Amino acid sequence: MRDASPAKTYALHIGVIALLFVLNFVLPDYHQGLFARIMALAVFAMGYNLLFGYVGLLSLGHAMFFSAGLYGAGLTVYHLGWGVPEAFLAGVACGALLALAVGLLALRTSGVAFMIVTMMFAQVFYLLILYFAAWTGGDQGLVIQQAARVVSIGGASLDLTNPTVRYMSALALFSVVLLITLAIVRSRFGRVLVAIRENEERTKMLGYDTVANKLAAVVASGAICAASGAAYALLFGYVGSSFAGVQYSILPLLWVLLGGAATTLGPLVGTLFMYYVTDITSGFTSAYLLIVGVALILLVLFFPKGILGSIRERWLRWLP
Amino acid sequence: MMPLLTTKGLSRNFGGLRAVDGVDFALMPGEIRAIIGPNGAGKTTFVSLLSGRIRPSSGMVVFDGADITTMPAYKRVRLGVAYTFQITSVFANLTAFDNVALPVQRTLTDGRSKGQVRTGVMAALERTGLADRAGTPAGQLSYGHQRLLEVAMGLALKPRLLILDEPTQGLADSEIDNFITLVREIAKDATVLLIEHNMPVVMQLADRITVFNFGKILAEGTPEQIRANAEVQDAYLGATHD
Repeated sequence: MRDASPAKTYALHIGVIALLFVLNFVLPDYHQGLFARIMALAVFAMGYNLLFGYVGLLSLGHAMFFSAGLYGAGLTVYHLGWGVPEAFLAGVACGALLALAVGLLALRTSGVAFMIVTMMFAQVFYLLILYFAAWTGGDQGLVIQQAARVVSIGGASLDLTNPTVRYMSALALFSVVLLITLAIVRSRFGRVLVAIRENEERTKMLGYDTVANKLAAVVASGAICAASGAAYALLFGYVGSSFAGVQYSILPLLWVLLGGAATTLGPLVGTLFMYYVTDITSGFTSAYLLIVGVALILLVLFFPKGILGSIRERWLRWLP
Repeated sequence: MMPLLTTKGLSRNFGGLRAVDGVDFALMPGEIRAIIGPNGAGKTTFVSLLSGRIRPSSGMVVFDGADITTMPAYKRVRLGVAYTFQITSVFANLTAFDNVALPVQRTLTDGRSKGQVRTGVMAALERTGLADRAGTPAGQLSYGHQRLLEVAMGLALKPRLLILDEPTQGLADSEIDNFITLVREIAKDATVLLIEHNMPVVMQLADRITVFNFGKILAEGTPEQIRANAEVQDAYLGATHD
């Protein structure tokens, strides 16, 4: 299964990246902007999927990792005047460190307790953002000015507020994370993560320190989600506490479930689907959430393993 | 010769029940030892204490000269103590290949073996006759093949001590013959400790037999000695002698 068709697998992933690249030149302005946003958030979903899909750990607190990246990048730019690359790395580092601390404590639990503990940590993080309103802007948030969102490489300067630069930056991050995820999933480490999901007790009896492996997965997941948050702050110029709320812990779960948990491309498909169903239905009626809800129910009924998960089960067994 | 494994006063209580009660036990390198005894005699609890799945209430376990009483199970595995489950416990959604790849890559990481994961996996699958089923999800294998896969996973750990908990349970007679050959082969490079209810298998395989009853060792000896032992007959058949 894993070693059956590496060529086909890589071709598929490169193909998806190439397609997204071409779309930049084809899509109308509005959809180009939407796609940039979707790719940045699909990274969030991929980070979530690593933990939820592959290790089987259901967290309800991933908004804290996303917003650790968001604020880690946003605050260093806003208050310290850091450049874009440094701020991005600061955001990722904040997410990884937070994930390490939360992982050490939360992994003492499992199942429902793990969901509650991660949710509580995320709430603490959210309240801290509001509490330190003097720096974070509280529930108003902060707007990062265009001047601070220009990257100068050598003599050239890239303005992240330019739609094409923004699209290509989001695509670059998305591609890197997609390939990293694929590499992890196909690695020995990935095999151990799946084994933990399937039967943790048995995995221990094969000589694996399952707690250490789970912690590594939490940190990797936190860092990827923070990368998404950091990119979001820098590309769209807004840092706000709403991104730390419960809603943003539920959304990646929803995107992953829709697209297909434990599939590498599922997070993108799920995020894309959700965004467009919302976008299209809200054009017809103000009760668009009702239609979104019905669509979700139908999907769960007929594609219980998500879109790509069901496709893999029925037709394409080799899908990673 | 120094024993590979010894226990001193090993005990485990579950509430008021002394499932394993002050057991002194020694296992010599290279032997095939069978543990037999009536249901509830404490056999599975005893081997679980050896593998580290549960902690003893008192007493100690020494493996190859080192005290491993408080060592977590996964570290014991890395020392070479492998355990195959009584209830088949393969990863049902993973292929046979991936099931065996997990122990193989473990020994590679520990530096206890060399080479490619694929080579090691195929070797273990070939030894157990499962090579042509490498790509099949383990859950779709027949019960007998799942038991063999379990053994293949144990083998792939390159154990110095392989603990088999009722390995022939649910196997057909034809499969049992192959299994006996397989265990003899394993015993060429490892010490084997097996819990077994099937007496013909025990009598054919074991160098020595340890009989458990009420959490204690009731008797120990060669198959002939155990067969002739009156106490053992009592424990099994409930007969009374005067």
